[in-house]
Amino acid sequence: MTTVVAILAEAWSEIRVHKLRVILSLVGVFLAVFGMTSIAAAGDIGRQLVAESSERSGGRPATVMVQAYPLFSGPDNEVISTAMREVVERYDIRWSSLVLDEEIIANFPGQSERVAVRSVDPAFGIMHRLLIEQGRWFTPADVQRYAPALVVSPSFLERLGGFDPNRPPTVRLGGDSPVLATVIGVLGADDFGSPFAYLVNDSDSGWTAGSNPYGQPPMLEMWVPPEQVDQVMAAVTGDLLLTLPGHDVFAQRADAGDQLAQLDLVLNYGVRGVGYFALLLGGVGVLNVGMVVVRQRIREIGVRRSFGATSGRVFLTILLESVCATAVAGALAIGCAIALVLNLPYEQILSVPIEDLPPFPLKAAVEGFLAATAVGALAGLIPAIVAVRAKVIDAIRY
Amino acid sequence: MTFIRLAGVGRTVALPDGNQLEILTDINLEIERGEHIAVVGRSGSGKSTLLNIIGLLDSPTTGVYELDGQPTDVFSARARARLRGATFGFVFQQFNLLPRRSATENVAAPLLYASGRQVWGRRAAAREMLERVGLGQRMDYLPERLSGGEQQRVAIARSMVRNPTVLLADEPTGALDVDTGSTVMDMLQHVVTEFGTTLVTITHDLSVAARADRQFRLDHGVLSGLSAADLPSVTAQRSGS
Repeated sequence: MTTVVAILAEAWSEIRVHKLRVILSLVGVFLAVFGMTSIAAAGDIGRQLVAESSERSGGRPATVMVQAYPLFSGPDNEVISTAMREVVERYDIRWSSLVLDEEIIANFPGQSERVAVRSVDPAFGIMHRLLIEQGRWFTPADVQRYAPALVVSPSFLERLGGFDPNRPPTVRLGGDSPVLATVIGVLGADDFGSPFAYLVNDSDSGWTAGSNPYGQPPMLEMWVPPEQVDQVMAAVTGDLLLTLPGHDVFAQRADAGDQLAQLDLVLNYGVRGVGYFALLLGGVGVLNVGMVVVRQRIREIGVRRSFGATSGRVFLTILLESVCATAVAGALAIGCAIALVLNLPYEQILSVPIEDLPPFPLKAAVEGFLAATAVGALAGLIPAIVAVRAKVIDAIRY
Repeated sequence: MTFIRLAGVGRTVALPDGNQLEILTDINLEIERGEHIAVVGRSGSGKSTLLNIIGLLDSPTTGVYELDGQPTDVFSARARARLRGATFGFVFQQFNLLPRRSATENVAAPLLYASGRQVWGRRAAAREMLERVGLGQRMDYLPERLSGGEQQRVAIARSMVRNPTVLLADEPTGALDVDTGSTVMDMLQHVVTEFGTTLVTITHDLSVAARADRQFRLDHGVLSGLSAADLPSVTAQRSGS
C-alpha cells in the first residue's frame, strides 16, 4: 500500500514539476476525449430528438396498430370498438387507445368550417408524447363529461381568438344537432394552417356525430414492451378474427422500430471510431514528448537508482506519469464536456422541443476516461522501457 | 567488525574493438563500521568504478565483494537496489540535485523508496535533516537559487536522510572552491560522526583525503596504501577541523 502511494506521489510530483510540457503533450488527449464524449452526448440528444419526433407520429416503442375491416359490408364502428376494448381488457394492456379519424363542422365566430378531428383515449397523449402548449391533455374524468372537451391545434385556437385557462373558449360543433365543446388544451405542434382537434373517446359517442369521409373504422393502438410485441400482435389478431367474423384483421408496428437502430449503429460505431482515432493521435503526441523528456531525465533516473529505485519502480513511475497525466486530461475533458452538454440551450439552437433531455452519456464518459488512461499507458510504455534500460553509472555521470 | 570486504576484486569492460579494458585489478579492501577512509587517484584511475562497486551500482567481474559478511553476487537486481537504498548514501561531485524540486523535496526523495512510516513522514524528516546541515532557512529554495556549497549540503542531507550505514562521497568538494570545500567537508564529517556512519571518500585532493582515518591510492586500477608522508600535514588538518 505504502509503495503504491509512494509511486503515485512520485509520478504526480514529476507531472507537477514538468507541468508545462505535460499540458502541451496532453492537448491532443484532452481534445480527443472532449470531442468523443461531447459528440456522444450530442449524438444521444440528436437521437432523442429523432426518437421523440418519430414517437409523436408513430408512437413510442413498441406501438402496435390493429385494424379490422369488414369484408362484405360497411364498418360497424360500435361492434369493432367493443371487440377491441374487450381484447385490451383480456390481455390487461395498460396503455391503449381507440383512434377514429373524422370530420366535423366547427362553428367559429363568423364562419363555419369542416375540421379534421381525431377521437382518442386519454392514454394517447402519453403514447404519442403530445406536446401541450397551453391548458392540458385529457384525463379519464373527461370521458364522463356531459359536453365534449377538445384539445386543439394552434390554428383552431386562432379562429377562436385565444386561450384563457380560467375562461376556456368554447365552440359549437355539428350541423343539425350541435353541441357546445370546451377547449381544454392547445397543442404545441404546428398544424400548417389547417385547424385540427382531438376529442376524447366516449362510451356514448353519439354526440360527436362526425362524418367519416374516409370510411375508416376505428383502429386500436397499444403501447407494449418491445420484447412482447410479436406475441401481442399474434394474440390480438387471433382473438379479433374470432370475435369479428367476416372481418379482415391485421396488426403492425406503428413506431419507428428498427429504423432507429441504424442511427444507433452510426452513433455507436461511427462517432466512437472517430473519437478513438483522434485519441490515438493524441497518444502519439504524448509518446513523442515522453521520449524526448525521458532522454533529458536520464541523470535524474540514475540518481533515483542510487536512492534504491528498482528497475520495476522506475518503469512503473515513468508509466504512471503518463497514465496519471492522460487520466487527469481525460477527467478534465469529461468535466468540460458535461458542463457544455448540460448548459447548451438546445431548444433555442434546434428550434425543436425536446421533452426528455437524455442524461449525459455515462458510458461515453467512462469509455473516454478509460481510453485516455489506456492511451497514457501505451504512450508511457516505450519511454518507461528506455528509462529502465539506461545504465545507472552512465546516467549518473551523464 | 568488517562491514565491507573486497577480496581480489577486478573490473573489466569490453571495448568496441573487442578488447578488454581492465579498470580495477585485484582490489583488496576491508572497511570497518564507522570508519572513514579516503581513496585518492588521478582521473581515470578507477576511483568512481570502485565506489560504484561498493555502492552496488556496479558489479565486479572477478573477486568477492562481501557486505556485512554476505557475498553480494548472490543478490538479485531487485535485492541489490533495495539494499543499496537502505545501506548506502551517495554524494556526487556535481551534487545531482533533482532540478525544479525544492531543497525539502530533494532531501525527501530517497524516502519514497523506503517503507511504511518513513514514506509518510518524509517531509518532516527532510526538514529535520536540512536543519542539521544548517539550511533551515533554505528549505523551499530550488537548487538553482542555492550556492554550490549550499547545494552540496542539500546533497549531504539527502544522502543521510535514510540514515545509511555507509556514505559514499565521490569528489564531494570537486565542484567547490577551497574554502567552501573545507566547510562542506567539516559539515560532512560532523554529520557522519554524529550518526556513526561509515564514510568512503573518493578524491583527488590530498587535503580532503588527509581527514580520513585511512588513505589509499588508486593508480591504474591498483589499490595501495598511502603513507602519512604523502599527505599534507594530516595532523594539522585534523586539529584544524
